[in-house]
This record gives sequence, structure tokens and C-alpha cells, in this order.
Amino acid sequence: MKVIKILLCSLVVSLFGTSVNADDYVIDVNGAHAFVQFKAQHLGYSYLYGRFNTFDGKFTYDSEDDTKNSVWMTVDMSSVDSNHSERDKHLRGKKFFNVDKFPEAKFVSRAYKTVSAGKAKLTGDLTLMGVTKKVVFDVKIIGGGRDPWGGYRQGFEARTLINTKDFGMSLPKKRNDIELVVSVEGCKSPNKGCNSN
Amino acid sequence: MKHFSDEQHFGFVRILIHWVIACIVVGLFASGLWMTELDYYSSWYRVGPDLHKSFGVTLTILIVCSILLKRLTIQPRALSTHSRVVVLLSRLAQFYFYSVILLMFLTGYLITTSSGQDLLVFGLFGIPSILQRDNLEDLAGDIHEWSAWSVICVAVIHTLAALKHHFIDRDITLLRMITNKFERRSP
Repeated sequence: MKVIKILLCSLVVSLFGTSVNADDYVIDVNGAHAFVQFKAQHLGYSYLYGRFNTFDGKFTYDSEDDTKNSVWMTVDMSSVDSNHSERDKHLRGKKFFNVDKFPEAKFVSRAYKTVSAGKAKLTGDLTLMGVTKKVVFDVKIIGGGRDPWGGYRQGFEARTLINTKDFGMSLPKKRNDIELVVSVEGCKSPNKGCNSN
Repeated sequence: MKHFSDEQHFGFVRILIHWVIACIVVGLFASGLWMTELDYYSSWYRVGPDLHKSFGVTLTILIVCSILLKRLTIQPRALSTHSRVVVLLSRLAQFYFYSVILLMFLTGYLITTSSGQDLLVFGLFGIPSILQRDNLEDLAGDIHEWSAWSVICVAVIHTLAALKHHFIDRDITLLRMITNKFERRSP
């Protein structure tokens, strides 16, 4: 399904995406130059970091024209990894992510707005545990350019705070806010550079 | 009481191990159900699983001892009044206990260690993690849970069978797992 979706999307983009500067990128998951992470407080005393190991996504980026920019990502919720197998098992369970029922999280962007040089706001729909909510990511445009293997790459880091209660998940603590940190590098597609690395 | 078994009687060591194993199996099953439902802020949230794991390792050691005793020492013969089917079924049950409890040790160990953490035993020593793989703890957890239910089911049958031998057949099956000083019961 995922492959078909990507193929369809790229077909649509290749038919209608006539802009010179708006380029399509596939997030470099094969080379693992992309990270979907979260940061939560533990007891209010410290931060706990975790990540999702399996996800997929693509984006269109035009540094000149905000209206061309868009992102689409899916995350396999069962791939949660907080470096502690017992905790990961809890997180996948019914009390938290309930991955048997909601195996996938999704983000589809709606709007992109440049704030200042190298910074932007990315608004979109985040679907988590079957609930879709509007979220706004603070985006940092890290860089882009040729890679040493014949490809072209573009990278971002996006952060936002979500309240897990909005998505129907209560954490065992008073505060339910979690910071999401999505750090991705995309390879311009169609492009052989991403595949080989 | 004699320490080791002879052709008629179970030895003291075997009897003791049997009943300690029985208590631990029931305790682990109950604590397994209980501790997985604990609230994060419960004072048992950490201690419960720690004890469960530690007693799990204790049980594994006792099972290994039990298998060694069975292999290396003389075993009491099955009662002559028992049919071949009864003897076969009881051996099957015993084999089931040994193999599935060892499987439960393996899967329980993997739940804890498959991201690299050690399994701590009574805070005394840690069993290091050997096998690390993504989502291995989920598979291990499912097997652990189903195995637990199956062991308890077989244990219930095992108990009912022992009571049947004692109260209906009126033989010494149960008695010789309690003491080795007894008179032969008249049927």
C-alpha cells in the first residue's frame, strides 16, 4: 500500500508539478539519515528520549515559494525504541499506543510559512492513535546541496509540543506534554544517490 | 526421612524441591497477573517485577536441579496399580512442566534483556543480555503469557489427578510426595 501511495503521489507530482524550483524528496530512511524522536519528562526530574525506528516519508521543497512546500510521513508505532525493552513493551500496550489497534501514525502538512531566514512554521494534521489533530511544527532548515555520491540532499529539523491527552493517551504523570523532534534528510527524487547510500 | 529417593520412596530433597517449585509456580503466576496491572506510582511497581524475575530464576535453578536428580539418582517406580495410560500421562505432564517452565525462563529473560539490560536477581547479580533484536520482547511476552496459562492449566489437572489418586483410588501417589515414612494403604 505504502509503495502504491508513493508511486501514485510521485505520478501526480510528475504530471502537475511543473515548477522549476519545487523539488520532490524522499526521506532517507535506508541510510538512516532521518530520526523521529520524542522527549518526555520522567517524574518531573529528568528527560527521557525515545525514537521510532521505522517510518517513511517524502516532501516537496521550494526555498523560494512557501506554497509549494509539503510533507507526508507515516510512522510504524510498534517500532518505538526507548532503549529499554520492558518500557517499549509497555508503550506498545493498551495503556499507551495500543499498536494492535493503531499501528500507524501519520502527518500530512497543510501549510508552510517562512518565519525568518532558515526558520519556518509547518502546520499539518497529525494522526496518532486514531485521533487527528492540527499541530504546528517549528522548522529549522539545516541545509541542502550535492552529496559526494551524485545525489542531492536537503535536511530539516522540526519540533513541536503535543499534549497526549488530545490523542486519548494519559501518561502516568501530571503533565502530558511530549516534545516531538523530527530530524530528516531527503534525497531529491528520482535520484539514484539515495538508493546507494 | 532419607535424603535421596529409592525404588519405593521419594527422598527428602526431591519432596522439598517439589513443594517449593509448586509454591513458586503459583506465586509467579499470580504475581505476573498482578504486577502487569500496577499503577506507575504504586510502591510495588519496581519491587513486584524485580521479585517476579528473581523468583523466576530461582525456579529455573530448582527445575534444573530436579531434572538432574531425576537423571542421576534412583527413581521410585510407578505404582503397580497405575495403568500404562496413567503412567504415560503423568510422565507427559512432568515433561510439559520441565520444558515449558524452561521456555518461560527464556522468554521472561528476553522481555527484560532484549534491549541490552541485565536481568538482576535479588539485586545480587545480573544475567547479561545476549540476544538483542527489535520487538523481540513482544513475541517473548506473548509466548511467556500463553505458556503461563498453559502451565497453570496442567498444574490444575496434576493437582486434581493427585487428589483423585488419594481420595478415590486410595493409593500412595500423593502420600509419597509428602513423606517417605508411611504404611502401605489398603485399597
